[in-house]
Amino acid sequence: MTEQAHQDNLVEYAKTLVEQLENGDAKEAMRTISSLHQQRDQVLFQEVGKLTRSLHESIKNFAIDTSNSEMREEMSRMQDASERLNYVIEKTENAANKTMDMVEHTMPVSAHLRETAQDLKSEWDRLMRREMSADEFRQLSKKIDGFLCTAVDESSRIDSNLSSIMLAQDYQDLTGQVIKRVIQLVKEVEDNLVNLVTMASTIDQITGVKHELQPQKTESKEEQIGPEGPIMNPETREDVVSNQDDVDALLSSLGF
Amino acid sequence: MKILIVDDFSTMRRIIKNLLRDLGFTNTQEADDGSSALPLLKSSDFDFLITDWNMPGMTGIDLLKAVRADEKLQSLPVLMVTAEAKREQIIEAAQAGVNGYVVKPFTAQALKEKIEKIFERVDA
Repeated sequence: MTEQAHQDNLVEYAKTLVEQLENGDAKEAMRTISSLHQQRDQVLFQEVGKLTRSLHESIKNFAIDTSNSEMREEMSRMQDASERLNYVIEKTENAANKTMDMVEHTMPVSAHLRETAQDLKSEWDRLMRREMSADEFRQLSKKIDGFLCTAVDESSRIDSNLSSIMLAQDYQDLTGQVIKRVIQLVKEVEDNLVNLVTMASTIDQITGVKHELQPQKTESKEEQIGPEGPIMNPETREDVVSNQDDVDALLSSLGF
Repeated sequence: MKILIVDDFSTMRRIIKNLLRDLGFTNTQEADDGSSALPLLKSSDFDFLITDWNMPGMTGIDLLKAVRADEKLQSLPVLMVTAEAKREQIIEAAQAGVNGYVVKPFTAQALKEKIEKIFERVDA
């Protein structure tokens, strides 16, 4: 029912009510008053009903499409946003650990290559300075031969570790999808809450309810200093530092 | 040199542990928040504490305050490595007696510099 139609209705009821009272028909007048109440409740129920339905739809539509059946199964098991976000944490943690595993496996390999090459270089320099005996040269040739074989093997290991690191980044696609969905849900919930506020104000208009607005509580200092996590937009804020240099400058201004 | 690393994310603990190893510090232990770190600190002989700020349970700033209030631990060098970047927070940490403050994301170089600076001061 539109607001105008609703008002027309109210005027209609009011007129009827006055007529009935003037005619001394108290019983009918009471009935009219009860219809007035009913109409108010009806509008309220309708609006709340609309809101419930749209919230329900938003939550129902909150499902992920993936082409991969294994993923679909995994996704279908996740029924709410917090589970989805936990999934993001898990995926990113696994990727970080996999990447660090590979880096830890690779570092000794490249360190070994570097150390062996350094050793050979110093011996090679001796050869160049003609400080090496024929026998030592034969030894060196063997070492160089061994090193070349090792270098081939070890650089292939480095290659394969690097490509594992690359593949470990595949979480970005999946977590990106999940996070986008969560953002969408949050937005829908927000829109619906705005609707709720609008509906509530309509209901207030209909029922003539006036609320005493409480002055907004100002946050206590304690709360303001509480942890906030990573700052998304340090350049637009005055109260945060944007890099380590700012931290150092601030600390040194405090006598650090 | 025995170092305790406190962070609720195991990956961050691992990164810091690796960077410390590259700097030659191999004797490290880990805790996932202040309330599990404090008994470790009290019962063992750590030389250095690296802590995050925002952790469930006991936060890093509360851990720092608890360390400074403890007779045995009060002079333990503490480095804060955190994403918390509000000026007020840095000031609060400084007033609570932090020895260094590194904001995440950080570089290996920044961590190294701060650690070295802290030890220079402690030794001086």
